[in-house]
Amino acid sequence: MKHNSPFSIFNFQFWAFVKKEFFHIWRDKRTMFILLGMPVVQIVIFGFALTNEVKNSQIAVLDNAKDIASASFIAELDASRYFEIEKNLYSYNEIEAEFKKGKIKLAVVIPQHFGEDLQHFNKAQVQLVADASDPNTANQLTNYATAVIMDYQKRITNDRKLPYTIHTEIRNLYNPQLKGAYNFVPGVMAMVLLLVCTMMTAITIVKEKEMGTMEIMLVSPMKPQMVVIAKAIPYLVLSAVNISSILLLSRFVLEVPINGSLLLLVFESILFTLVSLSLGLLISSGAESQQTAMFISLIGMFLPTIMLSGFMFPIENMPLPLRVISNIVPAKWYYAIVKSVMIKGIGLHAIWKETLILTGMMLFFLTLAIKKFKIRLA
Amino acid sequence: MSNDKVITAEQLTKRFGHFTAVDHISFDVHKGEIFGFLGANGAGKTTAMRMLCGLSMPTSGKATVAGFDVYKETEKIKRNIGYMSQKFSLYDDLTVKENMKFYGGIYGMSDKFIKEKTGYILNHLHLESEGDKLVKSLPLGWKQKLAFSVAIFHEPGIVFLDEPTGGVDPVTRREFWNMIYQASDNGITIFVTTHYMDEAEYCNRVSIMVDGRIDALDTPAQLKKTYEAKSMDEVFLKLARKATRIEI
Repeated sequence: MKHNSPFSIFNFQFWAFVKKEFFHIWRDKRTMFILLGMPVVQIVIFGFALTNEVKNSQIAVLDNAKDIASASFIAELDASRYFEIEKNLYSYNEIEAEFKKGKIKLAVVIPQHFGEDLQHFNKAQVQLVADASDPNTANQLTNYATAVIMDYQKRITNDRKLPYTIHTEIRNLYNPQLKGAYNFVPGVMAMVLLLVCTMMTAITIVKEKEMGTMEIMLVSPMKPQMVVIAKAIPYLVLSAVNISSILLLSRFVLEVPINGSLLLLVFESILFTLVSLSLGLLISSGAESQQTAMFISLIGMFLPTIMLSGFMFPIENMPLPLRVISNIVPAKWYYAIVKSVMIKGIGLHAIWKETLILTGMMLFFLTLAIKKFKIRLA
Repeated sequence: MSNDKVITAEQLTKRFGHFTAVDHISFDVHKGEIFGFLGANGAGKTTAMRMLCGLSMPTSGKATVAGFDVYKETEKIKRNIGYMSQKFSLYDDLTVKENMKFYGGIYGMSDKFIKEKTGYILNHLHLESEGDKLVKSLPLGWKQKLAFSVAIFHEPGIVFLDEPTGGVDPVTRREFWNMIYQASDNGITIFVTTHYMDEAEYCNRVSIMVDGRIDALDTPAQLKKTYEAKSMDEVFLKLARKATRIEI
């Protein structure tokens, strides 16, 4: 019988195993399409549907003045790409009725004598009424409306001399258009990699335990470590496909630039994939059923990734205990790395700390997983 | 007779904490023999078998399998044994041929060997037309026969069968035992655990474990004589009644 070095990944046994693993994935078409389609769907959903940017929000206007000034002011509002005037109201009472219908979240009220006030007193008032049942939206809409009003004011006062003016000029570095995509693309990458690698690896190994085929592997001359690693390889490949599709979509569909080195980004993504795979292996060594494996992956990994990685909620605003806990969430570090490399375009010198932490996590989880796997055999 | 021993166990013991799962068992198995390993649930059969397969380290005692030591040479043991358990060892979502290719592969067999052997097995089982079908589409009896063929695919000297006929109808079980006889005729040693006492009658020799010890070991005919029983079923019940251990 041919004797292979048990640690060589080039031996025949190992590739026979990897091939079989690909068959499993390939035969289960539904799961495969979910795994490969999920990142595409997420990017599209986050890119076009789930956005917290204000874009063509429908508003109502109650124009009590009906003069030249108010008309030009309303035109200014309508012309901005943030708002679309859906309805002209005729009385104050109508505002609430409109809010209750749910379509309109902001009403602009222009008082009587708007134009006259502006001309004679150099001062006029505009009231913004917002539907604050959703405080975030209300806040954003009023901010954008205020900005449009400021623009309008600047335009009409341009030819007049004011005694003192402080002119604020805002530059949003790295993301001049304040696009949400800059934020969620790194988040989606972390989420997808974690889901594919951690959950799928855990499930597929536990499945072999349930079916009794794992026992057969262990009685075979294959090293237990090799069994585990061979099972993880196809998911590494799948993740590489997912990383590529996310990056391509975000670059060419959402127009998020890759400012830093693509090579570095890919390297860091593979590192994070390995961390996720190790976590999956660790979960599989503890879980006895596929349901348990899935449950642990979702609650223990996926939820913290969404909540504590900084992707949905800024970590700086969290209370101390949560800030401390967030440090053990691998996605937090990966998210920071992707943002730095992709958006800010900085190199390894600025993210070596995060890279080191991820490497450490990977080694820790992997050692623990293999150790636990061996203990089960003793 | 002594030089054809393929499995030897001497005072083999396994303890988990204070619990002695296998308690100083000693026996030999000869080449080509069908050795029945009987015992109630929790008697320690599985633990003993795991030690012989190199999956579990004994606490004390000596044992060799295919001439290799169970402490130091588990790798060599694994290359020389086949294994089939009650749970099915074939992958449902792979075809028959892919399964064989995979198992041949993990034992490091060459492509040429795998191809020839696959052809031979399919021909032998009259399943040539099923080679490219997914295992899940096959009836249970066929799966079982294939699983056994796969367990001896790499031509091991010894094959361990852990309750191989669980949940199968009597006709299929009979056919399955015909395969076992054939393998035994070809010089493969069969080490089999079972719950079916009629199957115990098919074995050359039978050992019966009670509470971690081997309480009886002989040919079925001799055992029936010793225990003044009409069937192996009666022998087993007489012995198993002495068990004090709770089922685990």
